[in-house]
Amino acid sequence: MDGFMMDIIKGMCIMDNDGNRILAKYYDKNILSTLKEQKAFEKNLFNKTHRSNTEIIMLDGLTCVYKSNVDLFFYVMGNAYENELILLSVLNCLYDSISLILKKNVEKRLVLENLEIIMLAFDEICDGGIILDADPSSVVKRVDLRNEDIPIAEQTVAQVLQSAREQLKWSILK
Amino acid sequence: MGSFRRDKDEEEDGPTNAYQNLEKTSVLQETRTFNETPVNARKCIHILTKILYLINQGEVLVAREATDCFFAMTKLFQSKDVVLRRMVYLGIKELSSIAEDVIIVTSSLTKDMTGKEDLYRAAAIRALCSITDHTMLQAVERYMKQCIVDKNAAVSCAALVSSLRLASTAGDVVKRWANEAQEAMNSDNIMVQYHALGLLYHIRKSDRLAVSKLVNKLTRGSLKSPYAVCMLIRIACKLIEEEDVPAEELADSPLYSFIESCLRHKSEMVIYEAAHAIVNLKNTNPRMLSPAFSILQLFCGSPKATLRFAAVRTLNKVAMTHPAAVTTCNLDLEGLITDSNRSVATLAITTLLKTGAESSVERLMKQISTFVAEISDEFKVVVVQAICALCAKYPRKHTVLMNFLSGMLREEGGLEYKTSIVDTIITIIEENVDAKESGLSHLCEFIEDCEHVSLAVRILHLLGKEGPFAATPSKYIRFIYNRVILESPIVRAAAVTALAQFGASCPALLANILVLLGRCQMDPDDEVRDRATYYLCILNSAKPELYKNYIIERENCSLALLEKALSDHLNGDLESHFDISIVPKAAIVKPEINNDVMMVTSAPRAPKITREEESAARLAQLPGIQVLGPIHRSTSPIQLTESETEYTVQCIKHIFAQHVVFQFDCLNTLSDQFLENVRVDLTLPEGYTARAVIPCPKLPYNELQTTFVIVEFPPDASSSIATFGATLRFVVKDCDPNTGEPDSEEGYDDEYMLEDLEITVADQIQKTKKNNFQVAWDAADSEEWLQAEDTFVLSAVSNLQDAVNTIIKILGLGAANLSEKVPEGTHLHTVLCSGAFRGGVEVLVRAKLALSEGVTLNLTVRSTDQDVAELITAAIG
Repeated sequence: MDGFMMDIIKGMCIMDNDGNRILAKYYDKNILSTLKEQKAFEKNLFNKTHRSNTEIIMLDGLTCVYKSNVDLFFYVMGNAYENELILLSVLNCLYDSISLILKKNVEKRLVLENLEIIMLAFDEICDGGIILDADPSSVVKRVDLRNEDIPIAEQTVAQVLQSAREQLKWSILK
Repeated sequence: MGSFRRDKDEEEDGPTNAYQNLEKTSVLQETRTFNETPVNARKCIHILTKILYLINQGEVLVAREATDCFFAMTKLFQSKDVVLRRMVYLGIKELSSIAEDVIIVTSSLTKDMTGKEDLYRAAAIRALCSITDHTMLQAVERYMKQCIVDKNAAVSCAALVSSLRLASTAGDVVKRWANEAQEAMNSDNIMVQYHALGLLYHIRKSDRLAVSKLVNKLTRGSLKSPYAVCMLIRIACKLIEEEDVPAEELADSPLYSFIESCLRHKSEMVIYEAAHAIVNLKNTNPRMLSPAFSILQLFCGSPKATLRFAAVRTLNKVAMTHPAAVTTCNLDLEGLITDSNRSVATLAITTLLKTGAESSVERLMKQISTFVAEISDEFKVVVVQAICALCAKYPRKHTVLMNFLSGMLREEGGLEYKTSIVDTIITIIEENVDAKESGLSHLCEFIEDCEHVSLAVRILHLLGKEGPFAATPSKYIRFIYNRVILESPIVRAAAVTALAQFGASCPALLANILVLLGRCQMDPDDEVRDRATYYLCILNSAKPELYKNYIIERENCSLALLEKALSDHLNGDLESHFDISIVPKAAIVKPEINNDVMMVTSAPRAPKITREEESAARLAQLPGIQVLGPIHRSTSPIQLTESETEYTVQCIKHIFAQHVVFQFDCLNTLSDQFLENVRVDLTLPEGYTARAVIPCPKLPYNELQTTFVIVEFPPDASSSIATFGATLRFVVKDCDPNTGEPDSEEGYDDEYMLEDLEITVADQIQKTKKNNFQVAWDAADSEEWLQAEDTFVLSAVSNLQDAVNTIIKILGLGAANLSEKVPEGTHLHTVLCSGAFRGGVEVLVRAKLALSEGVTLNLTVRSTDQDVAELITAAIG
């Protein structure tokens, strides 16, 4: 058992539907410490998981829970003896936080467009292997700090239209 | 609609992603933008994100680049943009390990950490701790204490988690924060509770009483965080295991009642943790286990894959310790065999195989065969391993299992999968005499159509070893000779060697073999021709002792050490002949059977090295060690102190032809002492001469260091069995526990009594394994060999198996022909074993045992050295 009993998360990772890493963090110096090992592991993991959506797999001595949506795959890794349900709770937090940040449109394009916020979310969920927060709403509250009203001059045409459409929709719904 | 915000340049690129084709140098160039005033927050955020993205993709920044980037980043503290500031913190954390002079941002971070903006504070603390070292910690200690008890949960969490990180480097400072952590425990926020428990436990974990107080208090109160409860369960288990409470008392202990009560918790995570904990406890009785198993059984039927996985993995792990209880879940496990999650299915099968009764083997195998074609190779390997374990358990079922395996062998599959099947069949053949014939014929059929060279070679080797002693050896010749005609040179060479084995061991077949070998001399490959000529030459000589030495019993040297010995020989004077008998034999390494969680892994296994090879590399660094010659054997380590004393010492004996090197691994467990000139003083028994003492110059706290003593054996082997008194001597200097620096130059001499050391017969003997003991034994009935014989009554043992085990242990020999296993229900048994005494003296032992009141033993020892033969007979008495 780990010295602290707190270093539960060995890694978190987001991949696209070709198995390319979008974001990945490994927290244990002794596990997958080199880039080469990490890439090999990710490739293997992706090959084993992208076709079957079955939530959990044991690979190279790590328990990996995963989830996919449209063109993204989310993974949380812990050691083979870890309580799988704890890992699952962290995975759910990661996914739900991103879903909240992206207003339910969890797809690669939007993840990349909001990468800075996603990076902050990663950092708020897990600090060096310790679960920092597992409640999506509180994670999002801490990271989604973007100023909602962008000066109109800096908005793109599409954004103006989009916001106009939204406002119209709400006014009709009322 | 912030989520739809895009950068200008990105718009031009259309929908492609802004992070494709990033160039490290050009991105780093862009950091110049950071110097502009006023700071353009959005642009800078984007650049920072690109840098972090590159690092995350594995791009490596050298110290210079990282430092430049880091200093450019410090300019961004001017901006008040929240996201930008937070990205700067992330950047600081990422770069702190590569860049230099990172402490420059300490004051900025300290300001943010103590400031009013809550959105900064928590993240600033974590960034600060990533750049803080031991010396600077004193300066921020006051703030850290305040933050731990801060009303804002995020700030408190950040401070607690950072303290845990710091505890590994600055444990003594963090220890002083226990009161604050205690206060944080009372927080309403569940994460604060969890992190506070983590920190408190870490601070107190070396103090058993304090931990037990902490746990007792918390088990009564109600922790709200499920994570904290899970952790508390783990701590409680640790306490229970350490106390080693017997089952009857355990049921009433408050710790156990707490874990038991967690089975009714509202969070599944906690319920599972508790069930998992209970089934893994050492001292339990069925009544205590049953609720936990009911929970696991319930989880087996859950619609969530993770729950099913968790349950079946736990059942798999305890299948060996609580077979009866696991059997109650068999129905549920059988339902999981066809689970859509292959990890779950495989764990279910292997669990069933582990617990399966002898009668259900057939049914299970039928079930497995229905889906084995569908699963991936790795899972098949796991299934094969489980079958292997089953074979060992029910030897009588070998026909069913062997047929199943050979069926699997015929299917498509990769090398790893095929290797595991062949390994299993070989294991069965080696351990079960009845299965030998059928196993060999399955393997013969397999090599007829085998694309893997390594497997074909292994099987041919096995055929050569086992085939000559089968009922009809001639039937294997056809299979082997087919290889000579059809295969690649490597396989052909192996086949030639196998043929020669038959020629040497079956006189009836010799004439035919000579013809076949003659044909092999025409082979286009050099190696094959050479081997054929070599064997023909020996077989034509018609001298049984040549057969024995050069065909049947080939020297099984440790290759690494043989290489070393040869290169030493080449570097020395080339006057004398190279003597292969002094190279240590490759120790017979038994592969460890992993009965633990059946792991599915694709990582290559590390090559096995024997203890001798390991120590040869280590000892080679000692000055003057070459004079002693090559190493003969290294013993496994022996503790010379109780564990948890001031100093712990363990000893490994390295035996050479005429010398013994004692290696003492010393550990100083006192943090306020610094030891110098550490050495072990041995009281030598008569006959032994001290040759050298190699002290260890410095032994700081908690570092394993080694000192050696070299002693020469007495000239006559009979007085080599002796006991050594041992004392650890050293110079003590008091030191500061925090820095490890000695307080003064002055130290004083001190000593510490160690337990006595022994040199036994077994220490001096390296096991060997004879493929054909009888041939070796008969060949030893000649002039050069000497024999000693004696009869003993062993009163201490009551059955034959115990007697056999004792003899093999005392003598340290390797048993041949599976004679170390006593068949059940017999009164007479013969053990055949062999070994090499130091100096390369061969030893053969035949021990006849008879069970009457006690066990009567008739021991015959044959050796090339009279002293050694007598020594061995004396060792039993």
